[in-house]
Amino acid sequence: MIRRAAAALILAAALLWAPGAARAADLVADLSDHLVAITTGFAGIDVLLYGAVGEPGDIIVVVRGPERRTTLRRKSQVAGIWMNTNSMAFERVPVYYAVASSGPLSEIAAAGELSRLQIGVENLRPSPLSIASANIVADWRAALIRNKQRAGLYVRRVGSVSFLADTLFRTKIHFPANVPTGIYLAEVYLLRNGLVVGAQTTPLNIRKAGTEADLYDFAHEQSGLYGLVAVFLALMAGWLAHLAFRRD
Amino acid sequence: MQIYLPIAEVSLDVFLLFGLGGLIGFLSGMFGVGGGFLMTPLLIFIGVPPAIAVATQANHVVASSVSGVFAHWRRGNVDFRMGAVLLAGGFVGSTLGVTIFSLLQGLGQIDLVINLSYVVLLSVIGTLMMLEGVRSVMRRRRKGGPRRLHEHSWAHGWPLKMRFRRSRLYISALLPFLLGFCVGIISAIMGVGGGFILVPLMIYLLGMPTSVVVGTSLFQIIFVSANVTFLQATQNQTVDIVLALLLVAGGVIGAQFGSRAGAKMPGDVLRIMLGVLVFVLGGKLLYDLVATPPDLYSIWVQQ
Repeated sequence: MIRRAAAALILAAALLWAPGAARAADLVADLSDHLVAITTGFAGIDVLLYGAVGEPGDIIVVVRGPERRTTLRRKSQVAGIWMNTNSMAFERVPVYYAVASSGPLSEIAAAGELSRLQIGVENLRPSPLSIASANIVADWRAALIRNKQRAGLYVRRVGSVSFLADTLFRTKIHFPANVPTGIYLAEVYLLRNGLVVGAQTTPLNIRKAGTEADLYDFAHEQSGLYGLVAVFLALMAGWLAHLAFRRD
Repeated sequence: MQIYLPIAEVSLDVFLLFGLGGLIGFLSGMFGVGGGFLMTPLLIFIGVPPAIAVATQANHVVASSVSGVFAHWRRGNVDFRMGAVLLAGGFVGSTLGVTIFSLLQGLGQIDLVINLSYVVLLSVIGTLMMLEGVRSVMRRRRKGGPRRLHEHSWAHGWPLKMRFRRSRLYISALLPFLLGFCVGIISAIMGVGGGFILVPLMIYLLGMPTSVVVGTSLFQIIFVSANVTFLQATQNQTVDIVLALLLVAGGVIGAQFGSRAGAKMPGDVLRIMLGVLVFVLGGKLLYDLVATPPDLYSIWVQQ
């Protein structure tokens, strides 16, 4: 994640400093929130990304969650019952991935650019930890993306970036209720003639907050005490129920 | 109104969870069963990860058993000596069960084992309940006398004999210990109190008088479930306090209405109804195991 952020920043810097290329004010973008707090009532959220370009161009927004090792399992039928019989682990799989653009990706960007910057789910290339033939890896990779899409963590359709008066743009990024926590990066690319001429990255911190965060930390950091509290609460609840409804 | 469950890491409707607790509480009040074997599969259906459902349900069982045990205790229907022996076995069994649980989780087979155990268990219980219900309906029609229980004698030669005064038994302590042990394993893996297995076995296998069976089993279930809750919390971090409390709150209220409704209906009809319900649940779980899944691949969520 950090490497990717650094690469994006270097790219942005290179583009900004290159003589004759885009000027410093060519692309600015920001998020309406840099912190998404998962609290008791959390049921998913839309974050607004907005910005401006110096001269008209096309915009592609890519939001990536933190990268994690992810294991995928495959079922097969054993004695009439479907059970997990096979697995493959992938390195550096973004937990979340969304793309929005101001036009169809294939029209506004050259194929090489999309592939190089891993824009669009078909250009994501998480690498398997084990060695397997290319077509098998491709099957598993497709299944990984399909599962992520079903969970709502990889958006199926490219979202739309809308322009106001040629220079101001905005898009909404949806995060579902089951969004994993971590530091996310929103990458904004400015394209002209199918080539990336400007880029900016903005971080977004998604974390549990309030009671939810406290309980989660409690359960994981002091699990012994948490277990005792859980048992104690249940004992008290049962006793109170008895007192409230005793019939004698 | 959605509520985000901090450990399960899913967002579910408060009223759905509250209602589910209430429904199971109602059924458990009506049928006089703990209801864990209904609650866990239902939690899995609404999207709680199976490992969380099982561990949290163990926590729920602690509360429901405590609220139930007092009434039996006051009437002197708890055989503490028998309970202690069952409990000793239950502790060892449930500790082993949680270890097996962690092991299966590492192998990626825990969901399969939970589902399979439920299919087997629910079909056995469903069949037994319906048979029992049908038989007693027929018996009532024929106006026959009640069946007399006679004590089993095959285990009477076992060593370590103990006198259980309240149960009016003089049997080997190994028998209740083993019973507690087996139910303890089941309890840890399936997130149930195990009363519905324990109660018939205490009557038919140990030969305990029916009056002390429920109180004694509740007594031992409190401690075995507390042990499961604690071990699941420390080893797997799968106990969701928020979920457990919501279920308890719904369950307490539901149980009051359930026991009133149950008092108005004949026991055998209730038993047939519960048998049907149990069959439907088991059938659904079995269908999910044998039907071709929509996607053969799944992401393994490590708890």
